[in-house]
Amino acid sequence: MTALLMRDLRLAFRAGGGFGLGLAFFLILAVLVPLGVGPEPQTLAVIAPGILWVGALLACLLSLDRIFALDFEDGSLDLLATAPVPLEAAVSIKALAHWLTTGLPLVLISPVLGLLLFLPAEAYVWLIVSLGVGTPALSVIGTFGAALTVGLKRGGLLLSLLVLPLYIPTLVFGAEVVSRGAMGLAVNTPLALLAGITAGAVAILPFASAHVLRINLR
Amino acid sequence: MVLNVRDLACARGGLPLLEGVSFSVTSGAALVLRGPNGCGKTTLLRTIAGLQPALSGEIDCPPDAIAYAAHADGIKATLTVAENLRFWAAIYGTCETSTALERMNLCALAERAAQNLSAGQKRRLGLARLMVTGRPVWVLDEPTVSLDVASVALFGDVVRAHLAGGGMAVMATHIDLGLPEAEILDLTPFKARLPETGSGDFDEAFL
Repeated sequence: MTALLMRDLRLAFRAGGGFGLGLAFFLILAVLVPLGVGPEPQTLAVIAPGILWVGALLACLLSLDRIFALDFEDGSLDLLATAPVPLEAAVSIKALAHWLTTGLPLVLISPVLGLLLFLPAEAYVWLIVSLGVGTPALSVIGTFGAALTVGLKRGGLLLSLLVLPLYIPTLVFGAEVVSRGAMGLAVNTPLALLAGITAGAVAILPFASAHVLRINLR
Repeated sequence: MVLNVRDLACARGGLPLLEGVSFSVTSGAALVLRGPNGCGKTTLLRTIAGLQPALSGEIDCPPDAIAYAAHADGIKATLTVAENLRFWAAIYGTCETSTALERMNLCALAERAAQNLSAGQKRRLGLARLMVTGRPVWVLDEPTVSLDVASVALFGDVVRAHLAGGGMAVMATHIDLGLPEAEILDLTPFKARLPETGSGDFDEAFL
């Protein structure tokens, strides 16, 4: 299992591995929004939580189709399915590797981008906390979507359509945590709901993903 | 240990291809599947490997005994030969990769990125993976595609050593591996009759 995680991380960091794709997208979005909306700090401060969360979500979405598609094309997925590693564990590891290469860098870089968008000072800690709690759900739900569409040629569009509705609760509660934090209000309720979605997704979806993978590999 | 297949029927894409396939392979024996293209060799091997369910019939073999090698080798282009092999060794819980490298004549290529290998060298790496699985039953789907004559002989030796060590092999191949003792099973007589239309379960369409 460690071997699978290390392999996925190594592949992501080597040339053409796709690490940095989501990060670059997130960066571009945060740089372009002030240019498009105008530089007024008041306007930007109001929309910053939403923009940062939407950016993180779309950045995650960009790299989803790589989770299984590459392994499917070169035959590793068939071999992994017949290997002694349970498919549920392999799927969880893949989601973890996706989060480590996409979600975690977004969490770490988000304060810098918050600065670009004049995010109020009180909101920074909640931005990091909400992204840290919410992005694992994006990776796990995305892995489920990738498992559903594995083997389809150009399945990216279908994948986005399937996954986006499932992302909405995470987006709503994640952005709510940050905007409430920015206004100095209590964030307990949205944060608890956000954490609940993540915990539920992590607990249930690997089994669903492994099952649809088995069906798709037939 | 025995691999027993009894009255097996299998389908590809919802279309039954084979039915009534029965055979038995014991330790130290090899079975070569023959038949024209599209007769169901790959489907039968995938069914034995557990990648798809059989329509009917039984496969009697411990599920953790089988190592499957498909048309695609499962090689990651940006990893080196040694890294690719070490990954599969770690997945199967064996650590030793040097014997496999040596036996498939890959030592000189160990540090080369897999994207720079020729088709035959990739195939040799794919077959070396079998040796690091440490599993007794090899299920091989056209293992000799794109191998040159010397490599085919090399692979023939590897299979023979595997059989001598108590292993077994079921393979689909069109060429002679130099295994005179291998039993040959022609799949042509097992071709499934066309199914009666309208008998399919409606839910099956969605699986």
